[in-house]
This record gives sequence, C-alpha cells and structure tokens, in this order.
Amino acid sequence: MRANQAALLNRRTVLAASAGSLAMPFIARAQANPLKIGIQSIFSGPIALLGTSSRGGFQPEIDRINATGGLLGRQIQPVYRDSKGQPQEAARVARELVNTDGCELLLDAEASSGAFAVQEVVRDLGVLCIHCAAETSSLTADPKLRAPTAFRSARQGVHDAIVGGVHSAKVAEAKKLTKWATCSPDYAFGRDTTAQFLEFLKHFAPNVETVSQSWPKLGQPDFTEVITKILQARPQALYSALYAGDLSAFINQGNVYAMFGAMEVFVPAMGDLPVLTGVKNLPAGIQSACRYLPAFPDTAANEAWYEAYRKANNNDYPTNWSWECATGIRLMEAAVKKAGSTDGKGVAAALEGLTIDSVFSTTGKVTMRAEDHTLIDYAIGWGTTIPKAPFLTAIEPGDWGQIAELETEWKKKNGYV
Amino acid sequence: MDASALLDCVTTSSCLVTQTTSGLIVGMLLFLVAAGLTLIFGVLKIVNFAHGTFYMLGAYLAYTVFQITGSYWLGVLGGGLGMALFGVLFERFLIRRVYGANVLMQLLICYAVVLICDDLVKIVWGPDFRAMGMPPEFQVPPLFILGGVVPPFYLVLIAVSLLIGGGLGLTLGLTKIGKIVRAAAHNPDMVSALGINTTLLYSLVFAAGGALAGLAGGLAAPVRSLTPGMGFSILIESFIVTVIGGMGSIGGALIAAVVLGLIRSFGTIGFPQFTEGLMYIAMIIILVSKPSGLFGKEIV
Repeated sequence: MRANQAALLNRRTVLAASAGSLAMPFIARAQANPLKIGIQSIFSGPIALLGTSSRGGFQPEIDRINATGGLLGRQIQPVYRDSKGQPQEAARVARELVNTDGCELLLDAEASSGAFAVQEVVRDLGVLCIHCAAETSSLTADPKLRAPTAFRSARQGVHDAIVGGVHSAKVAEAKKLTKWATCSPDYAFGRDTTAQFLEFLKHFAPNVETVSQSWPKLGQPDFTEVITKILQARPQALYSALYAGDLSAFINQGNVYAMFGAMEVFVPAMGDLPVLTGVKNLPAGIQSACRYLPAFPDTAANEAWYEAYRKANNNDYPTNWSWECATGIRLMEAAVKKAGSTDGKGVAAALEGLTIDSVFSTTGKVTMRAEDHTLIDYAIGWGTTIPKAPFLTAIEPGDWGQIAELETEWKKKNGYV
Repeated sequence: MDASALLDCVTTSSCLVTQTTSGLIVGMLLFLVAAGLTLIFGVLKIVNFAHGTFYMLGAYLAYTVFQITGSYWLGVLGGGLGMALFGVLFERFLIRRVYGANVLMQLLICYAVVLICDDLVKIVWGPDFRAMGMPPEFQVPPLFILGGVVPPFYLVLIAVSLLIGGGLGLTLGLTKIGKIVRAAAHNPDMVSALGINTTLLYSLVFAAGGALAGLAGGLAAPVRSLTPGMGFSILIESFIVTVIGGMGSIGGALIAAVVLGLIRSFGTIGFPQFTEGLMYIAMIIILVSKPSGLFGKEIV
C-alpha cells in the first residue's frame, strides 16, 4: 500500500511537474502577449513604392508606441505581407493575417483594387481595419460597400476632385482651356477619380469639353501610343491620375514629344517627393495636388516629422502614403486606448467621430467622420511644379466647408445618402 | 470602338506619321527582346521564360553604367554585354541540366531565376522605381514631319534596333557561325557528329539571346521606369510576337513585332477600350489560319 502510495505520489509529482513544464511557455507567452497587427501592401513590382513608403510611415509610429510601453500594455508586433498588387492575393493575405497569424487589427495599405477585396474579408471576420492608402471614394462613401469595422485614413478621391476642380476651373477660366484630355490607369481608382475630377471641373467651368480619354494598364511599360493619341486630339489641357513609376515613365516619354509644352497639365499625384525627385527632367508648370510636402502645411511640426521620417528610413523621402499610414496607426492607437480592447466593434465605435492632433492638417487636427468612416480636415491643396525644391509653389489650400457641401451633393447624386 | 477617329487618323498625314513612328518604336524594342527569345527556342528548343528578366537586368545595368560614366551608349553596351555574360552563366549552370527534360522542369528553373533576380534587384537597386532620364544629347525638341510629331531619340532607337536586327540576320544568313547555328537548329546531332563543339555553340546562342534582351533594356531605359518585375509585361508581349512570327524565326519576329506595335498605336485610337484584346485577336487569327505562325516551320 505504502509502496503504492509512494508510486502514486511519484506519479503525481511527475505529472504535476510535467504539466508545469508544459504550461511554462503559455505562461511566458501570456506575459509577453504581443499585439499582432497585420499590415499588407504592395512591396514588389512597379508600385512597390506604395509598400515601402507605407512601412516607412507605420514603423516609426510602432517603435514610438512600443518604446512608451506599447498599446494596452502590449508590445505591437507588426506582421507585414506583400499582396503583389493582386486583389485575390490581397483578400487571401488579409484572411491569413487574421486566421493564421493571429493578428487582432489590420492596417491595409493596398491600392484601391486590393482594398475592396480586403474590405469583404473584414466584413466577414469583423476585425477592425483601417485602409491607409486606398483613395477610391466609393470604398467608404457607398453604404452598400462600406463595412462596419472598416475605416479610411487615406485621402478620398472626391475630396481631391473637388479641390482640384475648384483650382483647375480657375486656371481653365484664366487661360481659356476648354478642350481637355484625360489619361488615367485602367482600374477603379483611375476611372473614379477621373470621372469625379471632370464632374467638379465642369461644375465650376461649364465650357470644358473632353476631347480624348485614355486608360493605360497599371504598370504598362510603354505609353507612347497613349501620348501620341493625346497629341492627335490637340487638347489645351490634360488631366492624369497616373502615379509612382507609371507617372515617371509617362513624363519621360511625354518629354520626348514635348507634350508638356503643348498643353496645360494637371496631375494630382505629381506633388509627392519621390516622384518630384525621381523624375528626371521634371517639366515646370504642372498643376498638381500637394500629396505630401514638408512645406504644406508650412509648420515646424510637419518639418520635424519629415526630418524624423527620413532619419528613420535611410534618408528616403516620405510619400503621400506615408502620412496616410502614420495617421492610420495614430487613429488606431487612440481608438484602441479609448475602447480599452482590440475588439472590432468596440474599436469601431471609438473611432467614429474621433479627432486627434495631427501635423498633416492646416488646423492641427484630423477627424474620422462618423457617418462614412473617412478622414477629413487633412491638409489638401493644389499648386504648380518647379524643377527644384520645394518643387510645388503657390499652393492653394482647399476649403473643408466647401468640400463637405459639394461632397454631400455628390453623394446625393450617386444615391449614397 | 471609335471608327470615325480611326478613319480620321489614317486619312490625316500628321496622325499617320505620328502613330506609325509610335508603332515602330514600340515594335522595334519588342523585336529585340523577342529575337533573343526566338533564337534560343529555334536552336535549343528551350522556351526561356526568364527572358524578361534579361531585359530588366539589362536596363538596370545600363542605368548603373550611365550613372557612373554619364554615357548612354556605354550604358547600352554595358547592358548588352552584362546580359551576354549572364546568358552564358544561366545556360552553363542551370539550363544545360534540363535539356530534353520535361518542359515543366524548364519552366520551374526559369521561374525560380525570375523570382531570385527580382529580389536581387530589390536588394541592389531598391524596390522603388528608378529613372535614368534622357541623356543630354537627346534633350532636343521633336521633329515635325508632314505635321506629325517624331522624337529624334525614337528615330535613333529605330535605326539602332534595325542595325542590330539586320546584323543578326546577316550573321545567321551569311557567316559560317550563322550556318552552324542554323544547322544546329535543324539537326544538332549531325552538327555534333561533324566535330563541332555544340556545348560552346549553345552557350553562344544564350549569350546572343541575353545580349539582345539586355540591349533592348538599355536602349529603352531613358524613357521607361525601372522597377523589379518590369520584365514580366514585356515577356508576355514577346511571347505573342514569337508565336505570331513563328517560333524560331527572326524575320517572323521582326514582322510580328512591327505589326503588334502598329496594332497598339492605331488600336488605341480606334479601339481605346480594347487595344490589348486586339493583340490577342491578331494572334488567334494568325494561329487559326497558320498554326505554326507567319514564318514558322509547318508542324507535321
């Protein structure tokens, strides 16, 4: 009996010790318990700048949060994934980040084509997601497409279209530009933003007529036939929603045809430092939205963020996507703190109507508008390119009162309200 | 479809000149890449799926040489020679091991090289786009011929591409080495039995194919954005050219490339929503009427 008890004790001791040793990793893990945030973007191919400069916007903020004790006391562990610009891959990556990698929150820095795919996964899983780069308006403006736990910290195409329309109409009136051509990438972003730009341009300058429209593929290496088609139409002005490497190639190829001297050119994505510095032989006088420049808003805080970004990112220039991503994670940080958890519904409720301090605003604050989950009050304006720093001059800031008013009209017209 | 715009264009000298030169430049650069592809297939019966990577690396090498020397032509030469060497190494250490093997094995090796090279480019040159910029000697205003706009740089590119294509055609048609290459394409065992070093010959063919793609990359670098993965889109078009022209036919590749360039330049005016589709329709029509391509050997 005693022998049996001794044997039992031994067995119990061994079992307890085994259980204890088996539990050790779980205890350790619970203590560390990092907060995984899934971050997806395009890190390869012609639009890789989107991914690299988005990461450049996220990572310093993550480092700052981790250095000050983390979020809800947990260190943030970002999980970066490359969708390669394929919408089906973007959806797969989003699902994998949540289901396999255990990410509790998503930061989506996909182009619009991928963001729509991610949005459907978010709707299905109920995870909190902030779209930090997709600018296609319908993503959040259309109530049928909007997801309860998805938000947008990126600028919205219709905002740029309104400000661009106001600015371009003034230039069109002053220079009597009535014949316009367009050349934009052949997917949702290119088509939507072009249609919206023309809508608001014609709203303020009713005499404008579209004489030619071209839709090159995203990542198309050669734009020669598109450029010659535009030249054949002999427009007085050209609008293009091309961006990054595509825009650089378009400008280089347009230069050999002296296209930029033959017409007034309006390119919203021109006012981004990597494009302005990356394009060789930059033509002067291109009208552009200010995507991101340290000189707009012209504040010490914005200049300091610019310097810190470059220091943290091998002296690379920040892009429009960098500030959108930095804003996305700052909003996420504030909302998670407010909600006290990472639960999708809870953080979504905290995000609705949330206002935070921001260096990317002319008023010093940005707000996540509650009714359509999109960012407002960020710095928005149009100016004219010059071939050297600060690259964009005479920047005319947009009026957020006017933007809200015209945006509401636009939403009514499209059945979004 | 905008038939009236197309009709207006083909009946207006300015549009005709502008779109024709535009089609020619697109076609000639495509020809240089496709010529290497078809040459390698013609002799070795290898479908080099990594050929677009040769084009990409050629462009990046040209960019680097241009950055160092400031000379565009040295850059182009650097791109061509670098890719000739890369072609030899690629054939010697990888492709040689799968001659006669299942095409899937060849595809696997080529695809691996594509992915590895894309990543290497990201490491060496960075993931963001690079722009060489127009060399100073070509920063000149375009010419106006019959009202059409013709950039001098593109005229030079067309001329250089024709010279390279012509040189390749003459070498294959008139020289001893050309005869050996053609004989090897027809009957490699007999060429080998005659005591000709086919191992060296195959390396030479890969060097020539690589050089052609590298030269195309270098020539186009001033007007194109250099990005990792840039070879993929040109590879697809090169395959279309090779298939339309006839696998293994250099002359066929030239004609198919020019036809494709013209389809793009005039298609964008008449069929702006369907330009890409037109290329595939042309391919289908030609393959249905002549399955071996315009100048390919009949399949028996």
